Amino acid sequence: MFRTALRNVLAHKARLMMTVIAVLLGVSFVSGTLVFTDTVGDAYTNSSAQSFANTSVAVRAENATAVGDSDPGEAPEELTYLDQSLLDQLGELPGAASVTGSLSGFTAIAEKDGDLVGDGWTTRGGNYSGTRDSRYPLVEGRAPAAPNEIALDSETVDRTGYALGDTIRLSVDGPVLKQKLVGVFTTDDGQVAAGGSLALFDTPTAQKLFAEPGKYNEIILKAAPGTSEEKLKQQVEELLPKGTEAQTGTYLADEQADNIAEATKTLSTVLLAFAAVALFVGIFVIANTFSMLVAQRTRELALLRAVGATRRQVTRSVLAESFVVGSVAASAGFGLGILIAMGMRSLMGSNVPEGPLVVAPRTVLAAVLVGVLVTMLAAWLPARRASKIPPVAAMSSVDQAPTTRGLLVRNAIGAALTTLGVALVLLGAADASAPWVGVGAVVTLTGFIVLTPLLSRPAMALAEPVLRLFGVSGKLARQNTVRNPRRTAATAAALMIGLTLITTLTVVASSLQDSIDKMAADSIKADYTISMANFAPLSGDVAEMLADTPGVTEVSPMRLADTEVQGHHETITGVNPRTVSSLLNLEFTSGSLDRIDDGGLIVDDDTAEDRGWQVGDTVPLTYRSDQATERLTVRGIYRGSEMMDGIMLPTATLDPHLRDIRDPRIMVNTEAGVSQESRDLIEKALGDNPAVKVQTDAEVTDDINKMISMTLSIMYGLLGMAVVIAVLGVVNTLAMSVFERSREIGMLRAVGLDRRRVRQMVRLESVAISLFGAALGIGLGVFLAWGAGELITDKMASYGMVMPWTTLGIFTVLAATIGVLAALWPARRASRLNVLAAIKSD
Amino acid sequence: MTTISTTEYAAPQGSGDAVAARATELSKVYGAGETRVVALDAVSVDFRRAEFTAIMGPSGSGKSTLMHCMAGLDSVSSGSARIGDVELTALKDKKLTQLRRDKIGFVFQAFNLLPTLTAAENITLPMDIAGRKPDQAWLSQVIDTVGLSERLSHRPGQLSGGQQQRVACARALASRPEIIFADEPTGNLDSRSGAEILGFLRNSVRELGQTIVMVTHDPVAASYADRVVFLADGRIVDELANPTAEDVLNRMKRFDGRGRTS
Repeated sequence: MFRTALRNVLAHKARLMMTVIAVLLGVSFVSGTLVFTDTVGDAYTNSSAQSFANTSVAVRAENATAVGDSDPGEAPEELTYLDQSLLDQLGELPGAASVTGSLSGFTAIAEKDGDLVGDGWTTRGGNYSGTRDSRYPLVEGRAPAAPNEIALDSETVDRTGYALGDTIRLSVDGPVLKQKLVGVFTTDDGQVAAGGSLALFDTPTAQKLFAEPGKYNEIILKAAPGTSEEKLKQQVEELLPKGTEAQTGTYLADEQADNIAEATKTLSTVLLAFAAVALFVGIFVIANTFSMLVAQRTRELALLRAVGATRRQVTRSVLAESFVVGSVAASAGFGLGILIAMGMRSLMGSNVPEGPLVVAPRTVLAAVLVGVLVTMLAAWLPARRASKIPPVAAMSSVDQAPTTRGLLVRNAIGAALTTLGVALVLLGAADASAPWVGVGAVVTLTGFIVLTPLLSRPAMALAEPVLRLFGVSGKLARQNTVRNPRRTAATAAALMIGLTLITTLTVVASSLQDSIDKMAADSIKADYTISMANFAPLSGDVAEMLADTPGVTEVSPMRLADTEVQGHHETITGVNPRTVSSLLNLEFTSGSLDRIDDGGLIVDDDTAEDRGWQVGDTVPLTYRSDQATERLTVRGIYRGSEMMDGIMLPTATLDPHLRDIRDPRIMVNTEAGVSQESRDLIEKALGDNPAVKVQTDAEVTDDINKMISMTLSIMYGLLGMAVVIAVLGVVNTLAMSVFERSREIGMLRAVGLDRRRVRQMVRLESVAISLFGAALGIGLGVFLAWGAGELITDKMASYGMVMPWTTLGIFTVLAATIGVLAALWPARRASRLNVLAAIKSD
Repeated sequence: MTTISTTEYAAPQGSGDAVAARATELSKVYGAGETRVVALDAVSVDFRRAEFTAIMGPSGSGKSTLMHCMAGLDSVSSGSARIGDVELTALKDKKLTQLRRDKIGFVFQAFNLLPTLTAAENITLPMDIAGRKPDQAWLSQVIDTVGLSERLSHRPGQLSGGQQQRVACARALASRPEIIFADEPTGNLDSRSGAEILGFLRNSVRELGQTIVMVTHDPVAASYADRVVFLADGRIVDELANPTAEDVLNRMKRFDGRGRTS
């Protein structure tokens, strides 16, 4: 039987083409993802192992996360530093060959034209220890030795074109530093390898910038020959003060490798989820193909049964065919996957450390298994249908009548699933329960898929008036679409799945963007918001300096601090009570800003309601930085939003409790209002600092919206694969139906339908199917977006659903275009059919 | 077997008006070299207006090829094929398609109808394609003649083989083509249904003045025709007017020694 299967595959090469491509694309997506994430993970792990090559033991403060990588908005006073005395003590350990005090933190570097180097996240600074720091071999110049000198990594020097002796503008936490480039070094640092920049100051300067004079972020020890890392660690631990910890270099490298593995795993999970969608869509194409092949071969299969093949053998022969198809497609898909991974790798370029392509055995296995299993799974039902063909069918020469029976059960199941799914989404939305909405979405989508054959008839009836405009070809096209509802449905469903997901994402994203715009416009009154490029806090001096700048009328910092209030953690905001009401749109539901200076605070309505606070209540606040508790009186309750919420109090109340005064954001009003003049004024006051962003509220939201748009584009790209496969499905269905109907088309040609109209007939069928799928997808997508929106509204009160009509219109036009394009080849084939051969074919 | 000169079979009137279709020195050759097959060898024949002509011959005699060439379904190697005044060999696909649509009707052995269309829609299909309004009076006359008025809204799947073939005949007649080509129209039917169809075709020639050319290998079917043209090895070998089934059978036996008719 296997030989029969192989023969069949070879005999139907052309008809299996689209199936093979569909599987191939899905498999290439899977294997490409695995190879790419393995490769990138491996490269990062290697480069991080190298960055720890000179570290036997590292000592840090226990609560300092990764060095200097505090989260945006995290209260900076949490960081504790290591003392010079500890460094000296450690230096005397018998097992230590060398001891280096290390400092690091965000450091923005300006390019020659004043722009920021990099994106703000991977530009870092540190200290160059002594005159020869083994971590950073110098390739040019000398070590920085004075407060106004720096050394830069060679990659950054190459990129920016700076030369020794140039003055470079930098910024660490606000004020601009003008440093002279005295040295160029190379480094194994993972972040630099991944496209970041590193600027090194001499140690005292770095201490001032990143910690406090005489303090370090980290102390790195290199073991003397004969001393193991563990041994040295034990020696170190005996000397450590409370709140600090020691780790071996191996441990740190492993830890980082784990983090990298975690991150790449997340990436690969996300990508694989999209690959799964593509493969799921592929199942429809495969199932359609095999259903049609079985239908076309009814007589042949019946003959096999008549000459003694058992049902099981017939099933197996069809499955064997799908096995062959799956294997071929999987192998080719695996090859393409490797190419995709290589392509993505080179697209990332210098943002990822160098490394060889990693093809794990698991990848090969996954590719083959996914390809073969998905194909065989999809061919399962058609194979069973094949086995049910009675032997007597071999004798009958009657052409198959259109099948409409057997849909009753299917429709009932579909209706039940759809109802259940919609109910779940509605309930979930009402309850703001994400799992319910999620399950409901999946069930509804499944219900829709099951129900598409039923829906195809009324949908095509709706399309009739339009199709009628095209005369006979329109009429024939419409009838062809409803002729085999299952096939039309499977084809449209494949397209529907992709479009449902795309529409949901689009509607949610544009609603989010719209809400964010509105929110910013509603809550921010300030002309400008000032922040750092990496959202690190600005030094407290900046707000004061701005307040003294002529032309600046009102300034208020948004100074964050962590507190404990009645057992809850509460991030509070210190503001300037005299200016804040003209910078933020504070709407008081009760009380006011008056008397806030007198041991008072204001709080947003949600928090007040949660805690049961009213104006006049006294609230005990414990500051985390100095553990002092202060009793403050609620003076006002304002309407909160995502841009401003929680407790606000005067900076004068807050400042005495803070060790370090740093502001994530500063709001500013100017005499001239929003204008180039005002912007120049502020930027000049800030010393044209490359790291500081001066933005209007529109620009602030622009940043967020750009991020949403970018995420959306990536999603489009990833879902694109599913759409491409669905398009292959449309091509496939049309090619098959042209093939099946060749006698019919021959007859039409004989009685006078010209080629142009034959093409038009196929094209219209294609467009009708595509638009049907698109309409279902967009409709369902909007519904699911509504469900998701209800969940978001729960977390983000200002969220409101906005229909992106233009985008949805574009999707519809694209679907029609897809229909036209998918029909190109089948329509051409149909119009080129040899009339005689078509009529005679039996 | 003798080759009979073509002039013997030319239309006696010689007037263009009386001839619906004419083949002159028509040849059709497939393949080249060793695989070269001559399907039609310089055939000349006229099909007269309002006449029911049957083309007979054993398998491979070229009878179907002759019909296909005359109907503009197949290309010609040499010679000429005319429908009315139109030279088919000079036409490109588009014009040929139009010609088929406007001037020719077809009845095939099987698969004559579009399964998605009703009987009525199938009948008017060529006119729908041409974008012409059917002549209602003529249409109902045709439908009455074929006896389908009760079943117009049925789809082919709901009709018997004989009924389907009657729909096909009605379709061929409905647009009043200059000539109808029927390719083994009774080949798939039982003898009773076959007789109905043949009787109907003959009536449409007698009563409606239709011109019909029918390819068949069945002497009984041929006996319904006004004239039978015999083909063998791509040549016209004989002709018979007002034949009976017996005449046809005898004539067939004469140039097919074993008496095989198919």
